Amino acid sequence: MAGTVFIGGGAGFAGDRTDAAGPVVDALAACDGPRFLMFETLAERTLALAQLERRRDPARGYNPALERFIAPILARCLAANIRIVGNFGAANPQAAARRIAAVARQLGLRPPRIAYIEGDDLSGLLTPAELAARETGGNLLAGTPDIIAANLYLGAEPIVQALDQGADIVVTGRVADSALALAPLMHVFGWHAGDRDRLAAGTLCGHLLECGAQITGGYFADPGRKDVPDIANVGYPIAEIDADGTIVIGKPAGTGGRVDRQTVVEQILYEIHDPAAYLAPDVVLDLTEVTVAEIGQDRVRVAGARGKPAPETLKATVCVDGGVLGEAEISYAGANAAARARLAADIVLERMRRRAPDLAIRVDAIGAISILGTSGTVPDTSASDSRDIRLRFAAQSAVPGAVDDLLDEVEALYCAGPAGGAGVRRHTMPRLASASCLIERRFARPRVVMLGDGA
Amino acid sequence: MTRTVTLRDIANARAGDKGNRLNIALVCRDPSHFAIVAAQVTEARVAEIFASREPSRVVRYALPRLAAFNFVLDDVLEGGVNASLGLDGHGKSLSFLLLDLPIQLEADEPRPTHGSQHQTA
Repeated sequence: MAGTVFIGGGAGFAGDRTDAAGPVVDALAACDGPRFLMFETLAERTLALAQLERRRDPARGYNPALERFIAPILARCLAANIRIVGNFGAANPQAAARRIAAVARQLGLRPPRIAYIEGDDLSGLLTPAELAARETGGNLLAGTPDIIAANLYLGAEPIVQALDQGADIVVTGRVADSALALAPLMHVFGWHAGDRDRLAAGTLCGHLLECGAQITGGYFADPGRKDVPDIANVGYPIAEIDADGTIVIGKPAGTGGRVDRQTVVEQILYEIHDPAAYLAPDVVLDLTEVTVAEIGQDRVRVAGARGKPAPETLKATVCVDGGVLGEAEISYAGANAAARARLAADIVLERMRRRAPDLAIRVDAIGAISILGTSGTVPDTSASDSRDIRLRFAAQSAVPGAVDDLLDEVEALYCAGPAGGAGVRRHTMPRLASASCLIERRFARPRVVMLGDGA
Repeated sequence: MTRTVTLRDIANARAGDKGNRLNIALVCRDPSHFAIVAAQVTEARVAEIFASREPSRVVRYALPRLAAFNFVLDDVLEGGVNASLGLDGHGKSLSFLLLDLPIQLEADEPRPTHGSQHQTA
């Protein structure tokens, strides 16, 4: 029977630090037991962006930072038998697997066994109308002709199969983030679908690791109240898990950050709704009996996860074209800045009422009120004595011309607006809209492919 | 005798999003404050704080073993990160709005860790 399993969190989102995994790998290499490194790099929209990339170039569509995540640690992982599980395959796990194989060749390493998981992509399986009928919590998809990406959240099972087949590296597209940690634990400990409390513990472990530094002092600091030592060099987490599902969270020695009850509990509840029912493909996690104990410097034990039967349906994220988002900004500084900024907003909104009366426009007065304002109104800067305001306009439309009109009007403030307007910046970007669907399990057809076995 | 502190003096908060739904985890820095927070940080008060965003529903889940609460606010993110025109479509900055809430502590309560006392009543 295996003793303790060690899982490091190498990345918590697509844009995470690419040097974070190094100290984690060094620490894992010194551990005695099965060791894994997990990369979670796939947010809701990331996959749709990757799908657009794949349409432009069939050899791409995986995480653009893949090589920068993998190259610095691949040699050490292969040498120390630290197996890598990551969802950096995004819209093209096969291409990502090939890219990793190429990196290994370039580095002169032994060829790793790389498995990739397919079958999360629903395009071709369900029509836009069939997806619309399964949308939950909205009606974005009703009447939508074109789906950019539709992907199921797969569970741990295909990753377990890949590890059972001896993969050094498992590349996935869309899977539940928590499955990236649950799968190695099922593989090592032989947990199966009936071990609900164990599956719940593995799901909790994945949830704790999936945001990288958010459990080790990242996204925590509030100077004077919640100080984090050496936060610039925050260490990413390592979980030690026993066969009974007990988790100990720590971080590599010599790194910054902190791991204590406070950092761990904030992450336990991150993006949770009902704590008694956190839905994952393999189990429903009940957090209400979870306990947290500080057992040493930067070491916290987490236990008590309870599992309920897995949901009957699987969640899918569906992305459609959201038109164009445009933003333009202009600054007002010095005496009476707030009043001049307000006048500028009035001018732009009056002219836009004529040019594009249906366009919803958001105005923020950065430096006075920019987060707590309300869409469609001129920000109330009357109470502000700010001498330094950056006015921001934003609009989104399926008609790019209307957004351009807004940006033109902001730029025209240079010569025709209030005194002292300065520093106009403007840009537009394509926008994706996303919806959630609940999909019957029969549409989940995960495939495990070992690179080199005819792939 | 009571004294007024802010929630930030005795608790931590972290916000997260899913679509147009915001959750804010609230963690007592000292677990002994759980009952005080339970009594004073009610769904009604939280709904009031976020009134300008017109939540359609505010639910509080209590987690006594963690000395923590989870607040779930529906329809407060202007459509969510993919639809909002605002700078914080995730609502991630809103945890600190919750932490502004005034809290009455008994005068003989232990002083909050790192906390500052604003006034004595």
